[in-house]
Amino acid sequence: MSEVAIRVENLGKQYRLGPRERYKALRDVLANPFRRSPPAETFWALRDVSFEVQRGEVVGVIGRNGAGKSTLLKILSQITEPTTGSAEIHGRVGSLLEVGTGFHPELTGRENIFLNGAILGMRKKEIESKFDEIVAFAEVEKFIDTPVKHYSSGMRMRLAFAVAAHLEPEILLVDEVLAVGDASFQKKCLGKMGDVAKQGRTVLFVSHNMGAIEVLCHRAFLLEEGKLFAEGPPKPVIQQYLASLPCITDAPKKLQSVDREVEIEAVILRSADGQPANVFSPGESITIELLYHAKRPVARPALWVVISSRWGAICGADMLLDDCRPERLDGRGLIRCTFHNLRLMPHQTFVIRLGGYAADGHTLLFPSTEIAHFQVEGSARDAGYSGAMADSLLERFAPVIVPYQWEFETARSNKQITLPRK
Amino acid sequence: MSQPTAIEAPAGRQPAVVTRIAPSHGWLDLRLRQIWDYRDLLYFLVWRDIKVRYKQTVLGAMWAILQPVLTMVVFSIFFGKLAGVKSDALPYPIFVFCGLLPWQLFAYALNESGNSLVTNRALITKVYFPRLIIPIAAVLGGVPDFAIAFLVMVLLMLLYGIFPTGWILLTLPALVVFALITALAVGVWLSALNVEYRDVRYTIPFLTQIWFFATPIAYPSSLLPESVRAIYGINPMAGVVDGFRWALLGGSPPGPLLGVSIITVVVVLVTGLIYFRRMERTFADVI
Repeated sequence: MSEVAIRVENLGKQYRLGPRERYKALRDVLANPFRRSPPAETFWALRDVSFEVQRGEVVGVIGRNGAGKSTLLKILSQITEPTTGSAEIHGRVGSLLEVGTGFHPELTGRENIFLNGAILGMRKKEIESKFDEIVAFAEVEKFIDTPVKHYSSGMRMRLAFAVAAHLEPEILLVDEVLAVGDASFQKKCLGKMGDVAKQGRTVLFVSHNMGAIEVLCHRAFLLEEGKLFAEGPPKPVIQQYLASLPCITDAPKKLQSVDREVEIEAVILRSADGQPANVFSPGESITIELLYHAKRPVARPALWVVISSRWGAICGADMLLDDCRPERLDGRGLIRCTFHNLRLMPHQTFVIRLGGYAADGHTLLFPSTEIAHFQVEGSARDAGYSGAMADSLLERFAPVIVPYQWEFETARSNKQITLPRK
Repeated sequence: MSQPTAIEAPAGRQPAVVTRIAPSHGWLDLRLRQIWDYRDLLYFLVWRDIKVRYKQTVLGAMWAILQPVLTMVVFSIFFGKLAGVKSDALPYPIFVFCGLLPWQLFAYALNESGNSLVTNRALITKVYFPRLIIPIAAVLGGVPDFAIAFLVMVLLMLLYGIFPTGWILLTLPALVVFALITALAVGVWLSALNVEYRDVRYTIPFLTQIWFFATPIAYPSSLLPESVRAIYGINPMAGVVDGFRWALLGGSPPGPLLGVSIITVVVVLVTGLIYFRRMERTFADVI
């Protein structure tokens, strides 16, 4: 008989939706001690979620940004309290919501292993006994007594993951940690996750990496707008999720040329590995795939696509500019446009628009139309920013990351800092 | 919020840890036991603060000596010599240094703990642990500086040929702990308020300054009429400073003043812990 590791009943979390005023100024309270602030608008980040996870099960949690995935993990890790409902967790919990929480740049690798281990809930003795293993896994033997501020971001990431990977709780809650680091490191992390699963530990795993969910998980939960929308074996749940994404618009509203002779039947965004995606990390390539159907031949159309942020257009490709045009569109076919190394700011949403002209370059073929949205995800640290408030600033900052440099020059010194630190 | 409890599992198996998570009601359960469970984290946070501070400053531990010594020199010139402030028949320099000793421990602890939750924002939003660990760690971080400054005190005592009487000296550790608890009591209040009202950060230096002059450091508490002296104990640091002078330099014991101080601290600490517990639930959402 299987045992329950996590039981969640009608869990809900309500947040106050206010003007961006996270903390109050004492002044306002003192000035109007008797006036209650107007009842704030609220929204449910999580609503009536119930499920059970058996001991030894590995469950993937997927869903769009804002679907409530992180809120769920935060409640289960006791970082924040639920508003309604309850959860029961049987066993020691380890949660990994971020890699390298509490790393201090001035401390050495050795010191940070102990500090980070303690923060993740390990006892001192436990860390001591696993110390050599952690160092070997991170491959930082030579630099173990160097302050972490001199580490490359890759080394820092390896060290942080190594500590986390040696946490041995019965129940592990993991949020998107595998989305960082280079490909070989990601592979190593996935391997470690697989080991954890094989040891019979219970894992709840939030990710946008559908491949990892499919390979590692026994079951998947799909969250949508705070509700548990679907659950079951990973493959069908993933398919359901992908189908619900706006990145694949199976022509809900028909995207037709002005003369209705050419139709864009589907728009698919793909990441570098060819998988459909609507969430990307900074620096990734983005491929926009247009499936068209031309009922009559159209010679040398001039199409354009433009990526915009909330601040306006940031980049694009226009056949009138580059003079690369398909010779003719006839019947069904595919047009792909890939933007390489798009270093966009995480926590922001971007919109892709499409338009086009006929061969002459001024007869309108497609009016400018919104064809897809995508998100860029990752932490400020991944993007190379280390400011204390960086994570909350990202979503409001200018959307494109271009390497830059600060110089501080005085009569005696000249300090240069090249950014982002990557 | 939740209560890890050991329950009896089916026969033949080890009892499993069960965590229940639900909206919390009531506010009398302070969950102080959990602090003990997380003592290793407390240790490492204190260790981090101390290590980083000594690594980042050029003069390192020298600050712990320079600060009180320079203050002592300035005070001795202006208050001791020029203003002629009384010092209970003791040489003014050692009189003032003995007051600065616990004061600096307290002021540092108060400032650090008051700002501690906001500076450790990254931890609070990403990891669970009893939040009270953070202000406690901040308070303890000032102890090495105190120990170093204490060595200067010993030197001064040798220099002036003042020797404490044996058993009274034993009250000193208790007084140090009392100064730390005082700082924690106020720090718990301030740190929790600071999460919601960021102006607290700016009021801490001001508060510390006012408090300094309200404490008998540059002057003796005997300046106050006997009748109000006990009430003066509402400032717990008055009790600590008087206690320090009594333990190290001799003279009259603080008496009822210290009693009032202890009551004050207990009240501030208990209400602070209750307030902290209530606010703790929303720290991660608001901070």
